[in-house]
Amino acid sequence: MNVNLKINDRPVTVEAGSTILEAAEKLDIKIPTLCHFKMDCFHMEHRSASCRICVVEVKGRPNLAPACSTPVMEGMEVKTNTLRAINARRTILDLLLSDHPKDCLTCPKNLNCQLQELAQEMGLHHLLFKGEQSTYNKDLSSNAIARDLDKCIMCRRCETACNSVQTVGVLSGVGRGFKAVVAPAGLRPLAETECVFCGQCVQACPVGALSEIDYKYPVWRALNDPSKTVVVQTAPAVRVAIGESFGLEPGSISTGKMVAALRMLGFDKVFDTDFAADLTIMEETTELIERVKNNRDLPILTSCCPGWVKFLEHQFPELIYMPSTAKSPQQMFGAITKSYYAQKIGVAPENIVVVSVMPCLAKKYEASREEFSHNGVRDVDIVISTRELADMIREAGIQFDQLGEEDYDSPLGESTGAAVIFGATGGVLEAALRTAADWIAGEDLQEIDFKAVRGLEGIKEATVKVGGLELKAAVCSGLGNARKLLEKIKRGEANYHAIEIMACPGGCLNGGGQPYHHGDTSILEKRMEALYRADAGLPIRKSHQNPSIQKLYEEFLGEPGSHCAHTLLHTTYIDRKHPKKK
Amino acid sequence: MRIESPAQLKKTAEEFRSRPTPPVKLLVSMGTCGIAAGTAGVLKAVREEVTKRRLENAIEVVEVGCMGLCYAEPTLMMVDQTTGRRLIYGDVTAQQVPAILSAGITEPAPGTRTIERNWYYPEFESAGPGELQARIVLRNTGRLNPESIDEYIMNDGYAALAKVLTTMKSQDVIDVISASGLRGRGGGGFPTGRKWQFAAQQPAGEKFIICNADEGDPGAFMDRAVLEGDPHAVLEAMTIGGYAIGAQTGVIYIRAEYPLAVKRLENAIAQAREYGVLGKNIMGSGFDFNIEIKFGAGAFVCGEETALIHSIEGKRGEPTVKPPFPAVEGLWKRPSVVNNVETYACIAAIIRKGAEWFRSLGTEGSPGTKVFALAGKVSKVGLAEVPMGMTLRQIIYDIGDGIKFGKQFKAVQTGGPSGGCITAKNLDLPIDYESLKAIGSMMGSGGMIVMDEDDCMVNIAKFFLEFTLDESCGKCTPCRIGNRRMYEMLEEITDGRGTLETIEKLKTLSATIKDTALCGLGQTAPNPVLSTLKNFEDEYLAHVKESRCPAGSCTKLIRYVISDKCVGCGLCLHRCPVNCITGERKMRHQIDAAKCIKCGVCYQTCKFHAVEKI
Repeated sequence: MNVNLKINDRPVTVEAGSTILEAAEKLDIKIPTLCHFKMDCFHMEHRSASCRICVVEVKGRPNLAPACSTPVMEGMEVKTNTLRAINARRTILDLLLSDHPKDCLTCPKNLNCQLQELAQEMGLHHLLFKGEQSTYNKDLSSNAIARDLDKCIMCRRCETACNSVQTVGVLSGVGRGFKAVVAPAGLRPLAETECVFCGQCVQACPVGALSEIDYKYPVWRALNDPSKTVVVQTAPAVRVAIGESFGLEPGSISTGKMVAALRMLGFDKVFDTDFAADLTIMEETTELIERVKNNRDLPILTSCCPGWVKFLEHQFPELIYMPSTAKSPQQMFGAITKSYYAQKIGVAPENIVVVSVMPCLAKKYEASREEFSHNGVRDVDIVISTRELADMIREAGIQFDQLGEEDYDSPLGESTGAAVIFGATGGVLEAALRTAADWIAGEDLQEIDFKAVRGLEGIKEATVKVGGLELKAAVCSGLGNARKLLEKIKRGEANYHAIEIMACPGGCLNGGGQPYHHGDTSILEKRMEALYRADAGLPIRKSHQNPSIQKLYEEFLGEPGSHCAHTLLHTTYIDRKHPKKK
Repeated sequence: MRIESPAQLKKTAEEFRSRPTPPVKLLVSMGTCGIAAGTAGVLKAVREEVTKRRLENAIEVVEVGCMGLCYAEPTLMMVDQTTGRRLIYGDVTAQQVPAILSAGITEPAPGTRTIERNWYYPEFESAGPGELQARIVLRNTGRLNPESIDEYIMNDGYAALAKVLTTMKSQDVIDVISASGLRGRGGGGFPTGRKWQFAAQQPAGEKFIICNADEGDPGAFMDRAVLEGDPHAVLEAMTIGGYAIGAQTGVIYIRAEYPLAVKRLENAIAQAREYGVLGKNIMGSGFDFNIEIKFGAGAFVCGEETALIHSIEGKRGEPTVKPPFPAVEGLWKRPSVVNNVETYACIAAIIRKGAEWFRSLGTEGSPGTKVFALAGKVSKVGLAEVPMGMTLRQIIYDIGDGIKFGKQFKAVQTGGPSGGCITAKNLDLPIDYESLKAIGSMMGSGGMIVMDEDDCMVNIAKFFLEFTLDESCGKCTPCRIGNRRMYEMLEEITDGRGTLETIEKLKTLSATIKDTALCGLGQTAPNPVLSTLKNFEDEYLAHVKESRCPAGSCTKLIRYVISDKCVGCGLCLHRCPVNCITGERKMRHQIDAAKCIKCGVCYQTCKFHAVEKI
């Protein structure tokens, strides 16, 4: 059913149930918003109507109406820019700023802040209200997410991301009145909570209240330490997003420029996590075929995503036998660099610094897990996000968009199309299917695009014929979707051989460490298209055909699943719901 | 015992009524307020005396809820069962009990304080001279034993429910309530019948009847009085509501700070279940209805219906945008009706006596009665239930006996922290929902705080705002930050740091908060500021222009000095807690203004009125 209304005297017809904001969008009338957050492709909308910046005048209504959450009515007459509405909006912004630090110049969200943007758009040059400001201790307890509650504007977007989307349930409104903030219950530090560090809260936060823990300086220090060999790995999703930080079109594939920039920054070797992704496929697919053959511990769940793994450890410890024991590509890369590669170049592991550039904040946490250290030497030393790398490139004065294309170093820089699609939801499973199909059939199959598992839908299913085998697989992204699927499995209502799970909706391309999209999900779609374009453009598109991987097994690891492979490339999981008493 | 049919209810009531009882009933006011004032000690003395004198067959001692006579607690009412004659004693002490029992019913005991009853019960009496109060809501409160379902049934209890179940369809019930014009007594004044109609119109399925017993206005306690004094009335009304909208579950959301009300409710629910007037197949009608109790943690904002619902669901108690209204999407996303205690307390009477009868009281737009909690500087603080349309003068002067200590009336705040102050010029305004709104205040839950000449109106506004500040959930910007800023500005003014610009900013901010806050709490938070600004702007101006507090109450703006009336007695010097008074005996003393904390002890102490406040 349609509803007719007028906004600023212009008629518009929209579907019943639409909001004033949606109707205004149809007329290209911009109503400022702040707490409102929408991600269409994930069917997610945060509509708390709490900031009140979007208030408009509705004829016949005694008070102003929040456009973001007021449903349209037949014959409604809305005015967005009456003096009353303008005064109200200015006062609201004034109030928000009166309880917000004015340290924009040093804020991690500087120039990426929606409050700053709003202040600029509304041209408020004089503040009327002054008074007490909130003061809290910064939470730097984790090594992934920084919380600065002084900057929290109570929009609650992070709360929706954490609770409704991810069902992690760590962040919620705490305290009342002027002392209300969004925080873990009891204002506990994040490190002591069940937070999985997916960083979706950081993506949702419009201001600098949530950001990543910054590791740029440790990287600079390593790069300037002559006693260290510093190698860098870049995750698949970084190359299709970093360009956005330099004004390139979303969806640009910036692999070559990024490699050039990393070399200019002074990394001794520029390698690719994609190499390790191919390695992961070797190990994980071996495990998959073995479990399917023996009909044991099914379904196998992917283990590339540290946010998802921590979620499982906290929320479904009874299922910790299910994920593949294969380490994530980041950690496989670290392990191989500090063993195989260290031997190859004759440098002691402790003198090699492995830096990761990740679209993810949970990777910072993953690298610090005890299982991923040997004799006190971490496999991966420093993890920075896509955003931090962009900052470093800017800090070094490198004109990213002017750079030429360069290639990764050998041997840990060689990879296949199967690896690059790890960056999108469904990619890991598709890569595994490509290898599994070949291995089971014993031939080099030509049909390798498994389109059923592509796209941003939260839960996807596919039944794939490999040889004589019908493999039932599912892909899910977003932990809320993972929870649904796992509950189904627990109830015995779902039967799969393999499931790929990524913590972030859409997969790594929408990671917590990626350039901010502020709810513009068309950016995410473009990143995804770019990943599949990159895959299609590569000469080798199956992991097991990566010559450097083949060589690695020949020279060092033996067979996939060998004892040596297990020692270096596999891990164990912890029941975090029932922690062992120390 | 289980009542299997409405006919059996009627028979049972008659049986109860014909039970032999002692000729005299002694009602002891055992509400929380009475207990706090020492009624428990009086009750103990009464029971001991009755036993000692073997009066068990002559006097029936009944613990009742609050009689509404706060100013005279502990109170006792002696009623002659045959003649109906009664004596009400106030300020009773345990020592007076033997004399009271000896005096009997005809003459009051010497050395006691007796109180004239100034209320009547419109259901079965007409008003006598001086009986300004009309008790419908409080019809049983302070009169019946709240812990006895038998007494309730004896006094027409559950008769309305029986009538509904046997003679009325759901729509008939809604029609009667709609026709009665009953409006929500919790604050907003929304027509109850219409609310029920909305919920009834929703597709059949699980629905809820919710009772808002989260009374939180400072100075309002009528809901507690009803819950403690007449719990069955609420249960009966909720069951009727359930029948009307098609709900089978009722939830009473009550603040945990009301332990006695909770105890009496729990007891009443157990009794009602035992008697079959609650639970499965009520009175053999086939209608099932159950009531559960949920505890609130005393957050004022949980009186807002969406916040209340979230709190019941175990979520953070904060409001959400309406629509959807609870009648469409309420508790557990099911259609729900939320009414407050006082509203429910009217229902059974309306069903029994009809809509016309109810409309015969009150005004055209606001039929019926309203309970007010008279507090502040009024002589007789307490509960008063009056027909809508009565003037403030009647309530404050005729029922409340005017201002304490013969001081000058200055203003009265209705609607608690959400309302506004009303000045002397509106004392003769007949009050109902609309008239109060028109003069910048509101009915609210019925708190009525009287202020006298010693009250600084800026300070009063600050006092109410401080309450809202504490009770804001912090969800929306105008309430979370705006009220804080308003409070800070008021503080500037009372501290003497305010300017004319502060007053202008206060006005701007008040208007925006009213216009943009998410829920009623925020939208009405500026009311005390706006109404004091409107009615007492000269006081604000005196603070900012002359650094003077006309009422002499803002400590930062006043100074105590000792005039030449001082005889040098030294009393103030001894009492001063900070030793800032000096002076030789029989010589004029002096106050060191730098050390003085303006506690006012010297001012109160001086017998010669030599200490002056300037």
